[in-house]
Amino acid sequence: MTRVLLRLVFVCALPAVLVTVWWVASAGSTDVYWPPLRTILEAFPEVWTAQRLRADVLPSVLRLTGGYALAAVVGVALGTVIGSYRRVRAVCEPVLEFLRAVPPPVLVPVIMLFAGIGDTMKVTVIASGCVWPVLLNTVEGVRAVDPVLAETARSYGITGVARLRRVVLRSASPQIIAGLRQALSIGIILMVISEMFAASNGLGFTIVQFQRGFAIPDMWTGILVLGLLGFVLSVVFQLVERRVLGWYHGLRASARRSP
Amino acid sequence: MKGVNVALGAAGLAAFLALGEAVPRLGLVKEAYFPPTSRIAGALADEVTDSAFWSALGDTLTGWALGLAIASCAGIVVGVVVSVVPYLREVTASTIEFLRPIPSVALIPLAVLLYGTELRSVLLLVVYASFWQVLIQVLYGVQDVDPVADETARSYGLGTWARVRHVLWPTALPYVMTGVRLAAAVALILAITAELIIGAPGLGKLIGVAQASQAVPEMYALIVVTGLLGLLINVGARTVERRALAWHQSVRGEVAV
Repeated sequence: MTRVLLRLVFVCALPAVLVTVWWVASAGSTDVYWPPLRTILEAFPEVWTAQRLRADVLPSVLRLTGGYALAAVVGVALGTVIGSYRRVRAVCEPVLEFLRAVPPPVLVPVIMLFAGIGDTMKVTVIASGCVWPVLLNTVEGVRAVDPVLAETARSYGITGVARLRRVVLRSASPQIIAGLRQALSIGIILMVISEMFAASNGLGFTIVQFQRGFAIPDMWTGILVLGLLGFVLSVVFQLVERRVLGWYHGLRASARRSP
Repeated sequence: MKGVNVALGAAGLAAFLALGEAVPRLGLVKEAYFPPTSRIAGALADEVTDSAFWSALGDTLTGWALGLAIASCAGIVVGVVVSVVPYLREVTASTIEFLRPIPSVALIPLAVLLYGTELRSVLLLVVYASFWQVLIQVLYGVQDVDPVADETARSYGLGTWARVRHVLWPTALPYVMTGVRLAAAVALILAITAELIIGAPGLGKLIGVAQASQAVPEMYALIVVTGLLGLLINVGARTVERRALAWHQSVRGEVAV
């Protein structure tokens, strides 16, 4: 019981202190850009009504989901192909390294040329930024499949889809998940940026509107919402990761216990 | 073997460039949207002779380097302090986990209001984004310290500073290097983003201007430059990493017994 309490104190103490400091330090603030935390929190429920959540947050999240899912599928599929054949890999490597090195936000103007400023543009931007970490990590993971494991599978006659699912993708999955984690933060960045460029709804659009209209407390609530969204998505990701990679973390932990 | 790979890679690159030339020429996509490689190369050649391009490149690199340096120093110092002082790690864990996933682009409106298009608004975004990359790696690295080595150092009477210097630092260095390498890539992304969205001087701003004035080949040429810059930074970071860790097992390779 005391241990649970102690943990609770550890988890909550610093955030509580920080919020209190912010509250007290900003309480009498007359600076336009740093409104009192009280004003921000009071503005929060007024700004983020159910209707606005539906009109702005939902489209953003849907675009992110669409682009991210597309990038995951394409990245894993292409990565598996490229990783499985040594020569294909040698041919593609320099080009892939270059494409990965292009900072994803500069794709926004390019894709705007092709896809206009609609949802297609945003989903494409998100997908084309997220695909590289997934793709390259999959290539690495597939390449590093334990040769003994691969040989064993072969001698047991495990081929085709079963081999792909149970041997190749399984052993590459820690790498693939690492790529997906990198892709998630890039995806959120691109979601916001594509909406800041050209949109009529979405989180990025709304926050920029507030900033241009000098609705500073509203803008602050928008920043908080973006922060919360990033936090929630990362928690969801961790939960999924723990489920999918449970076997792997267990393996690592037992390997560490008995060196 | 290595020669074959290089040749195959060069062939792949050549095929990629040829594809970029052929696709618009054959009319598969409009030339106005996707100019052939040769026109992009022409635009690139024009850019290189323009002094505005070089000053923009300088601005981008300044924002990148300064931001990365600040974030790395802060990340290392905070990381070491947090993990050396008892209980500090447990106390800060929830806050770090909360602040880390906040996308740094959320700070763009704030940066615009506070600093306008100055270098400082670029730095705000770059430092926020890259700080976490370094900090998390430092925390992992310090966790990895061999308890036996630490106990040995303690029983030999090494003080806190000496233990940080001789036990903790060498263990954590590979992690720190990974963190800095990741942070270098993130810093470039955020520097260019800040220039593109906020309009701070640099390559990102030039891309925005080229897009607004329909100068499509120039826009592609600048994007190629940012890609090359990213590539250079990746290669550079890996080289530094290898140099700094030349003594480390992961680079040196196991000694054959």
